[in-house]
Amino acid sequence: MPPITFEDERIAMHHGAGGRAARRLVEGLIVPAFSNGALNELGDAAVIDAGGVRLAFTTDTFVVRPLVFPGGCIGSLAVHGTLNDLAVSGADPLGITVAFVLEAGLATAVLRGQVVAMADAAAKAGVPIVAGDTKVVEHGAADGLYINTSGIGIVRDDAELSPTRVRPGDQVLLSGPIGDHGITIMLARGEVDLAAELASDSRSVLALTRALLDELGPGVRWMRDATRGGVATVLNELVAGREIGVLVEEPRVPVRDQVRGACELLGLDPLHVANEGQFVAVVEAGAGERALAALARVRGGEGAAIIGAVVGEHAGRVVGRTSFGARRVIDVLVGDPLPRIC
Amino acid sequence: MKYVDEYRDAERVRRLGEEIARLADRPRPYRIMEICGGHTHSIFRFGLHQLLPANIELIHGPGCPVCVLPPGRVDLGLALAERDGMIFTAFGDMMRVPGSGGSPLDAQARGADVRMVYSPLDALRIARENPDRTVLFFAIGFETTAPSTAVTILRAREEGLRNFRVMSNHILVNPAIRALLESDELRLDAFIGPGHVSTVIGCEPYGFIAGEFGRPVVVSGFEPVDIMQSIAMIVRQLNAGEARVENQYGRAVAWGGNRAARAAMDLVFTPRASFEWRGMGEIAGSGLAIREEFALFDAEQRSDGAGPAASEPAGAPCGEVLRGVRKPCDCQHFGKACTPEHPVGALMVSSEGACAAQYRYADVTIRASR
Repeated sequence: MPPITFEDERIAMHHGAGGRAARRLVEGLIVPAFSNGALNELGDAAVIDAGGVRLAFTTDTFVVRPLVFPGGCIGSLAVHGTLNDLAVSGADPLGITVAFVLEAGLATAVLRGQVVAMADAAAKAGVPIVAGDTKVVEHGAADGLYINTSGIGIVRDDAELSPTRVRPGDQVLLSGPIGDHGITIMLARGEVDLAAELASDSRSVLALTRALLDELGPGVRWMRDATRGGVATVLNELVAGREIGVLVEEPRVPVRDQVRGACELLGLDPLHVANEGQFVAVVEAGAGERALAALARVRGGEGAAIIGAVVGEHAGRVVGRTSFGARRVIDVLVGDPLPRIC
Repeated sequence: MKYVDEYRDAERVRRLGEEIARLADRPRPYRIMEICGGHTHSIFRFGLHQLLPANIELIHGPGCPVCVLPPGRVDLGLALAERDGMIFTAFGDMMRVPGSGGSPLDAQARGADVRMVYSPLDALRIARENPDRTVLFFAIGFETTAPSTAVTILRAREEGLRNFRVMSNHILVNPAIRALLESDELRLDAFIGPGHVSTVIGCEPYGFIAGEFGRPVVVSGFEPVDIMQSIAMIVRQLNAGEARVENQYGRAVAWGGNRAARAAMDLVFTPRASFEWRGMGEIAGSGLAIREEFALFDAEQRSDGAGPAASEPAGAPCGEVLRGVRKPCDCQHFGKACTPEHPVGALMVSSEGACAAQYRYADVTIRASR
């Protein structure tokens, strides 16, 4: 594949949307400057060798609006997001750090609420918040409150997760119904006049990834949390430039009716909508049912499903098989999911 | 999900596919144009074309409003907004549509106040909330969205808002169909009629297609069962040598349409003598201008100069694709210079555009061979 370059004159919103534009920014401008083995893998967390111990290290910044939404808030999201990056890297988290960017004028009660939510989320996952930083910027220079979290953990001995271990015949699992977070945020912003009984799926997936690794060990080949850009984007990243493809059986992809309905109205594909508590896992051929059973024993793992398989055809592509047996390409999102109205 | 699942029933769609194959047993091609971009999107999303016999050819028509919008209109809208420091509002569909100086999203990156809205009434709300700014609503769409723009302008007048402007790019479907039928390079046997437009205008206005040009029209819903049923209805008409307007989408479309919506449209809009369509050129009577009585809300009547003119990129055969003469994958730019991220022509922008639909959902075989 030709090297990715970034020639855009300015940064625009779609460069942050987790789609193709964001990927160009990262791989065309940022990664080349820092290039090194741990970074270039572009995993959810970097894996660093520390004298025989594999350390997983990750960082993420949260800029969600509104700060509080059904099912979560920026604080819990910031803890879950970083924990999940460690979880899908097969790591047991040791600790996380937090950095706040606060806009002058922010009500203390709002900040206190977020700090409490972070403490709760971390305690629930049994992971300490071990360091932090605060900065205050002028009124108008930030949107209330931004949070960065970083996390460090030790990769389990039985975890051998790598896209290079994925081969035809492997099964593709999804941990539960998709699109809840993205659609909840869209509705919570009040931009769409729709009401739905729906909450963000923001949660730690640590218990689920642990159950999966306990059951299958190295039989789990690859995992990724399906945040911005959705399931379609992470699957495309898995197969890009490789001699494998993914065939998704579309009727098997779990999507709640409320999400399907909103997506129908707005012309969005649930496979492109963001999640904050779901991940995709590839397990070795034939291990899918055992994996599902292991997930189902954990609270919150009942909705997991086998959604497809890795195939030797369609190299580099994610292909969906519709309920009618027809096939279509499931591509990466270009920028933000823009609703189709007219 | 109610009202959707029953129209996506795999068994029904399979049986309809078999029925169509049985019906289309004559040694002739059945060239059917789906006018509406929504149908194009559904056909690719569900891979319906893969379920049809080889002699049924679906040709993707010009019914995607952002695709047929000439770049000069985008330029004009953004220029007006940027020059006067207005808040530019438009549907999500519009945000990536390239003018000659970039898209609304590019303008936003330059610092322009560009906001996505879900309804013209949202733009009106922004005007109400920002009395010291002027809000421009960049209106696009066929008869489907024109009534809601009209109602918004009526409401702005009622409320006495003085900081709200609309730039109308509304277009009418039938003048475009007539232009297609009168062009000699195109050979079409029948039409799948637009679903949403027909909820407003009803089915009667398509009478000329059957009466004057002898081509069947079936107004269709957007789900797989709808589209497959409509194709079966068309094939039956063609086999019988008939040309009638039929309504498959009875659950949404009344034969007489929606009178109240048309009344609002007629009150606020008047047909332009002519309007430019990307890829099709000027089409008489195909655009809607805001009537003089509402000049206070008309961004164009209140602007002093004519807009910048811009034409399509040289060598982009978007027009031929729009007229159904050429298939997207036969274009030298398709999937190479022209992709959804870097659209050369507007057909690659909207997911309803024939090129973007084919690029995104394409027949796996087409993409694989590139």
